[in-house]
Amino acid sequence: MNVIALTPWDLTMAAGLMLMMAVSSIWLRLGLGKQIIIAGLRTTIQLFLIGFILKVLFEQTHLGWISLLAMVMLLVAGREVMARQKRRFGGWWGFGLGTLSMFVSSFSITVIVLLVIIQNDPWYQPQYAIPLLGMMLGNTMTGIALALDRLTDSAWQQRGVIEARLLLGHHWRIAIRDMARDSVRVGLVPMINAMAAAGLVSLPGMMTGQILSGTPPLEAVKYQILIMFMITAGTGFATMGAVWIGARRLFDERQRLRLERISK
Amino acid sequence: MEQQQITESPVFTLQDLSVNGLDAINISMDAGECIAISGPSGSGKSLLLRALADLIPHQGEAYYNGQACSSFLPTQWRKQVGLLPAESFWWEEHVGEHFAQQCDEKLKALGFSTDVYNWLVSRCSTGERQRLALLRLLCLQPKVLLLDEPTASLDQENVKAVELLIKDYLQQGGMVILVSHDRNQIQRLATRHFKIEGKQLVEVSL
Repeated sequence: MNVIALTPWDLTMAAGLMLMMAVSSIWLRLGLGKQIIIAGLRTTIQLFLIGFILKVLFEQTHLGWISLLAMVMLLVAGREVMARQKRRFGGWWGFGLGTLSMFVSSFSITVIVLLVIIQNDPWYQPQYAIPLLGMMLGNTMTGIALALDRLTDSAWQQRGVIEARLLLGHHWRIAIRDMARDSVRVGLVPMINAMAAAGLVSLPGMMTGQILSGTPPLEAVKYQILIMFMITAGTGFATMGAVWIGARRLFDERQRLRLERISK
Repeated sequence: MEQQQITESPVFTLQDLSVNGLDAINISMDAGECIAISGPSGSGKSLLLRALADLIPHQGEAYYNGQACSSFLPTQWRKQVGLLPAESFWWEEHVGEHFAQQCDEKLKALGFSTDVYNWLVSRCSTGERQRLALLRLLCLQPKVLLLDEPTASLDQENVKAVELLIKDYLQQGGMVILVSHDRNQIQRLATRHFKIEGKQLVEVSL
C-alpha cells in the first residue's frame, strides 16, 4: 500500500497548530484552553492505545480477545449514552437501557454483515470486525442518547398532559405515543441527514481513510455505502428499542406515570 | 351491568386507604352522595384524589360496587372513577379532538354551543378550559367524580352552572368527592364534609 508514513515530527507540527488555537482561546477567555489540551491528550493516548491493541489483535485473530474488546467498546458506549442525558433513569436502568439496545442492534447487524456480506474467513477477522463494530456503536450511541434524552425530558415537561390522558382512560402507550415518536425521530435525523449530505458536503471519514491508504475510490465508495446503510438500520432499531423500553419504564404495572424513576 | 344497577345501588368504598403519611381512611358512599374534603393546602387532598384514581401508589383499596380497584384494568378504572385535576391539560390543537364522544346536552348546560369542538385550545381562557375539561370527563360517563377545586378559576355565573351540572349528575345516581375551600359551596353540594386535620380525615358538620 502506498501510504506516506507520518513521523513524530509531523504529529508535533499538527499539535503545534492545536496549541496555538488553545493559546488564543485562553487569550480570548473562552474558558476552553484547558479542555482543548486535555481532549487533545486524551485523543493521543486513547488512539495510540487502541492502535497497539489492534496491532496485537491483528496478529492473533482470536475470537475471545476480539469479543473482549467489543465488550469494552460496548460498555464505554453505554456509559456515554447515560452521561449525555439530562434526566436519566435511576439505578441500573440508566446504564442498562442504552447498553442493551446497542448490544442487540449493533452486534447483530455487524455479525450479519460480516457473515453474509463480507464473508471473510474467519468471519470475525479483526481488521473488518472491529472498525465496523466501532462505527456502528459510535453512531448508535449518538442516536440512542439523543432519543432517550428527548423521551425523558418531554415526559418530564409534559407530565401534566400524560396524566391528563391517563385520567381520561387512555392506555399508557397512547398517552406517551406522540413523545415516543418524536424521540425516535430525533435519534434518527442525524443519520438521515448524513446520508443526504454524503459526498456533496463532506467526504465521509471512512471513505477518506481508505482513499488515503490507496484503495480505489469506487471500492471505497461501496464500503461507505455499506456502512451508511448498516448504521442507519442499526441506529434505527436500537433507537426504537430503547425508546420502547424507556417509555414502558416510565409507567408501572398500574399504568401510572412514575417520574421518580428518572433523576436529574 | 344495567340490571346490577337496579338490584343493588352502586357504592364507592375506601378501605384502609392511605397516601403520603395520612392515616388510613375508611369511607363508604352511596349513589347520589357528595362528600366534600377540605383542609390546609399541602395536607394531601389532591394526593388523596390522585390515589383514588389509581394515578399514584398508595396503601389500601378503593372499591366500586364491591369490586377492588386492583381487579380492574387501570384504563377501565379511570373511566369509571374520573378525576378532574385542578389544572387542565390539552395536547391537540382543537377542543373537539379531546372528546371521546359528543355530549351536546351537557355542553349547553355550561353555556357552550356545539361549535366549541372547532375552537382552538390556545384561544380558550383558563375558565373555559376548566369547564371544558369537566365536560370532556363527563362525556365518559364516570360513575364516580373526583373534583379538585372545580370552580377555582370561574366567575359567579359559571360557578352556578357547574354546580347545577354536578347536582344533576348526583341526581342521576353519580357519586362525587369534592375538594373545595369554599364553605358555601360545600353546603350547597355536599351531603357529608370531611376535614384533614394533621394526619387524620375527620368528619365535621356541614
